[in-house]
Amino acid sequence: MRLTLEVWRQADAATPGRFERYEVDGVTAEVSMLELLDILNAQLVAEGREPVAFDHDCREGICGTCGIMVNGQPHGPEDHTPACLQRVRAFSDGDVVTLEPWRAGAFPVLRDLVVDRSALDRIIASGGYISTATNAAPEALSLPVNKHQSEAAMDHAACIGCGACVAACPNGAAQLFAGAKVAHLAELPQGQVERYERVRSMVATMESEFGSCTNYGECVPACPAAIGLDVIAHLNRDFRTAVVSERRGEVPERTDVRWLARLRGEAWWQSDPDDRPGDTPKRS
Amino acid sequence: MATESRPEEQPPAGRGGRGDAGAPGGRRAAAVRRAVAIGVAATAAGVARRYLTARQDGQGQDPTHRDAGSAPAPETRPVAPGADLSRSAPADRSAVDTASTATSPPPAAVTREAPAPAAATATRPSRTNPAVAEDLDRRRSIGEEIHDAAPTGDLDTMWDDHLLNLKLVNPANRRRFKVIVVGTGLAGAGAAATLSELGYQVEAFTLHDAPRRAHSVAAQGGINAAKGYKADGDSIDRLFRDTVKGGDFRAREADVHRLSEMSVRVIDHMTALGVPFAREYGGQIATRSFGGVQVSRTFYARGQTGQQLQIAGAQQLLKEVGAGRLTLHTRQEMLDLIVADGRAVGIVTRDMVTGDIVPHTAHAVVLATGGYGNVYFKSTLAKSSNVTATWRAHKRGALFANPCMIQFHPTSLPLTSEWQSKLTLMSESLRNDGRVWVPKEPGDDRAPEDIPEEERDYYLERMYPSFGNLAPRDISSRAAKIQLDAGKGVGPLRNGVYLDFRDAIARLGRKTMEERYGNLLELYTDATGEDPYTSPMRIAPGPHFAMGGLWTDYNQMSNVPGLFVGGEASFNYHGANRLGANSLLSASVDGWFVLPWTVADYLAPQLGQEPVPHDHPAVTSAVAEASGRVDQLLGIGGTTGPDVYHKELGQLLTDHVGVERSAEGLAKGADAIKDLKDDFWTNVRVVGHGQQLNQELERAGRLADYLELAELMALDALDRDESAGAHFRSEHQTEDGEALRDDEHWTSSSAWEAAPPDGTPTRRSEPLTFDAVPLATRSYK
Ligand SMILES: Cc1cc2nc3c(=O)[nH]c(=O)nc-3n(C[C@H](O)[C@H](O)[C@H](O)COP(=O)(O)OP(=O)(O)OC[C@H]3O[C@@H](n4cnc5c(N)ncnc54)[C@H](O)[C@@H]3O)c2cc1C
Ligand code: SF4
Ligand code: FES
Repeated sequence: MRLTLEVWRQADAATPGRFERYEVDGVTAEVSMLELLDILNAQLVAEGREPVAFDHDCREGICGTCGIMVNGQPHGPEDHTPACLQRVRAFSDGDVVTLEPWRAGAFPVLRDLVVDRSALDRIIASGGYISTATNAAPEALSLPVNKHQSEAAMDHAACIGCGACVAACPNGAAQLFAGAKVAHLAELPQGQVERYERVRSMVATMESEFGSCTNYGECVPACPAAIGLDVIAHLNRDFRTAVVSERRGEVPERTDVRWLARLRGEAWWQSDPDDRPGDTPKRS
Repeated sequence: MATESRPEEQPPAGRGGRGDAGAPGGRRAAAVRRAVAIGVAATAAGVARRYLTARQDGQGQDPTHRDAGSAPAPETRPVAPGADLSRSAPADRSAVDTASTATSPPPAAVTREAPAPAAATATRPSRTNPAVAEDLDRRRSIGEEIHDAAPTGDLDTMWDDHLLNLKLVNPANRRRFKVIVVGTGLAGAGAAATLSELGYQVEAFTLHDAPRRAHSVAAQGGINAAKGYKADGDSIDRLFRDTVKGGDFRAREADVHRLSEMSVRVIDHMTALGVPFAREYGGQIATRSFGGVQVSRTFYARGQTGQQLQIAGAQQLLKEVGAGRLTLHTRQEMLDLIVADGRAVGIVTRDMVTGDIVPHTAHAVVLATGGYGNVYFKSTLAKSSNVTATWRAHKRGALFANPCMIQFHPTSLPLTSEWQSKLTLMSESLRNDGRVWVPKEPGDDRAPEDIPEEERDYYLERMYPSFGNLAPRDISSRAAKIQLDAGKGVGPLRNGVYLDFRDAIARLGRKTMEERYGNLLELYTDATGEDPYTSPMRIAPGPHFAMGGLWTDYNQMSNVPGLFVGGEASFNYHGANRLGANSLLSASVDGWFVLPWTVADYLAPQLGQEPVPHDHPAVTSAVAEASGRVDQLLGIGGTTGPDVYHKELGQLLTDHVGVERSAEGLAKGADAIKDLKDDFWTNVRVVGHGQQLNQELERAGRLADYLELAELMALDALDRDESAGAHFRSEHQTEDGEALRDDEHWTSSSAWEAAPPDGTPTRRSEPLTFDAVPLATRSYK
């Protein structure tokens, strides 16, 4: 089939972009959205023109690198499918297809269809992990995990970090992404120790970089990992618990060296875990 | 049938004197093993036969080897100073060596010829066809043997003993050391996070926009560990033995044993980090069995094991970033290694957004940059996978080992269209419940459902009755190729074989199948528009995993001091063929449990020294060379884009350095690759400029290195005059078409020195000894 592509071209973050129109011919139904770009690029290179820059890597729907708006829909017309697995099948001969980068305040465009998604990693860096030092883990079987819980954790952990949820959201919010991580770790016994501290600091970072969630729910069909809105409920519930208990002056179980360090405003590796909260902060 | 050769039924020979000491049934539980390690059962370990290395002069030599005089004296590359060798060995090493040389001849079970005294020179097979030998001599020279710094002693306690001998860095001094880690896959993230936790200054680099995207994320099937959670006779020793055999006796015993031992901790660690491993109803961790083994030791998280491990690793890395201790550089591609005074002291990177080319210096450099399977263009690897980091290190003096050892995965999806950009992998775990078959008649174009049972050839079950559909990858891939070559391929392009779930669905029900393989089967439907629940899947062999990589010693350090290598980028665990689910394991073990200790040992004596300043001549010249290469690529101004060359290279490799190779084909292939390389450097067109995000430039740069690697792959395959594992030379097969090893001449790894300008590469051999797992012909019949 023959398709007309309207592609966003932008030289770099500082230069304004515009749409350019290209024709591609001889596209077959099983070609993926990214292979469509490959075909276009081969054509452009053969003509000595600059190919369209786009992010991609595994091309099997797991790395989360790909991400483009296709006719205004994140990843493409099919729900729950990343761009690399979307097929041209969905279009018919002569269609005009618009390809744009993710549009979100937190994702500046770097070139053409490539955006900077490092804000997602900053959310993770502020708490989306379990702090276990290497070599300090107990025997794996010492902590049985209920199968249903483990499956639920896996459902949430399946997030590929593509950012489609943010791109889909009219507010540019990252609740689905952050919620998936909070729910994944909170579902497991290993994740309990830092549970409330985690959600507080992840939400703080999220709110400083992304918009606020108003429950549009547009993120859900866009999500290749089929993460559901329940994770946002989970995020809100845990966040409320963390904040309420703090207001009441209750301290959720905090045996976390990092938390103590943060309280004292010092680097945690210099922190003495035996100093309990309430001790006079030693500032250096 | 042929039961006496079934691997698991062989007596534990070659472990002489070991099994009797507190080893119920010849297998000790992990607890006992730990006890040995902490000295409780030291005497038991003491009576164990000492592990012989071939480091003494003459060990592992063959009398027919050519002597040093006839090979041009190789330029000596910076090899770890002699002091390093003794440093990493136990204190009583010399005594051990002498004693064992004097009193412990290799056990009778070892079929290798008794070592004969010979000068320490290279091995050279005497039976090579003279014309080929002459041709080879024009293409390469032979250098001195190389030996790893593996300590001696009992394999069971070797790593623990070794740890005791590694130097430590005082916690207060760790901040004074800077370590560069390139790659944030399982190996890189593990090493970077752990070194940072320990207190070193770590700079981590990735060409991706986020650490989580490293290609480890794409692994599906699972990770092996000798936990023995099922009462099926698994143990550390069995994983060790399976890995050595699976690798067709071309990997180091010492390293493989460490891999098996540490596997246990990897599962503990990953569980603690929140990896949602599949669970049984009672809450225990579930396991399954995976290609090439008959025990159930593969841990998995649905069909997304790699993703879950990788995300856990990336989170640990980001935890360190959040704590302000680790500097993460994303979208930075390493273009060169900086070597000053014989040591690796830094790297040169290109900022993939701005195009800036800058140096970074440190006390040590760790490369964990993954495998090079993408040299075939269409492989199961991610598009950005490259050899640039390791190849540049090779050009700076690091030995590149076994480049020809490439695994073809038997269950990738066959190509369906010209534009298909890569081969999608279907996890081999599917072979647990799927049956592989082709129609008995070539050219049968009936729909699979219409082919009656008696006209189907379940060839794996027929050829390998005891392993059947679970036969190891190299064997399955070659068996598939035989069927394809016989015209029995299925599908529109006749380039696949069937993998059928009909019987499993009847036996287990659709729901169980969905639970086990749901997303894999969905992926298939997505790619092909066919439903594997109702008609069989089509699969075909595809390039998948690089067993070869930079040569490293027992410390994962290359021959360039200060350059450490881990994960798929290194070479030492998988020999000639990797067992399924062993690679996530090796990347994890290197990253979390080996490199943090061994890097410290290298750093310790450097206390007080600063990283090399950026105005050091080695730094400025490396930066200038890297920039020069980029400018050169941009300046050729030819007519053909890099991807066109890459496809052509892939085709050459598939034809000549593929599942099956021959001397004639390899020589032809090597020449064709060289021509293609010359053409590339005169006729490639890289559009755009250097000071921008320029993906054409990235592709061209990676391809330039792939072209050089491909030449060496063909040369290595031509040089290795035997069949072993995935390296199948058609001249060397048994009557019934199985790989025929030449243990007499080729019980060794080949480690290549880069060719000097206008010269040829030099092959150095590392002799291997098999004491614990006696050399035997692999048989999966
Ligand atoms: C489709 C597929 C399925 C697999 N399934 C399994 C399985 O089920 N079980 C199993 O055990 N193994 C499996 N493997 C193999 C296994 O996944 C890999 O061998 C392993 O994950 C490699 O890990 P690594 O850390 O060495 O490298 P990778 O995870 O590949 O990481 C490489 C890192 O290096 C960086 N990098 C590379 N080059 C540069 C450069 N020049 N400059 C800067 N950074 C660079 C990348 O950005 C990345 O961060 C599979 C492999 C594939 C392809
Ligand atoms: S939640 Fe879904 S859409 Fe959002 S980043 Fe994760 S996988 Fe992508
Ligand atoms: S390219 Fe990896 S998810 Fe699309």
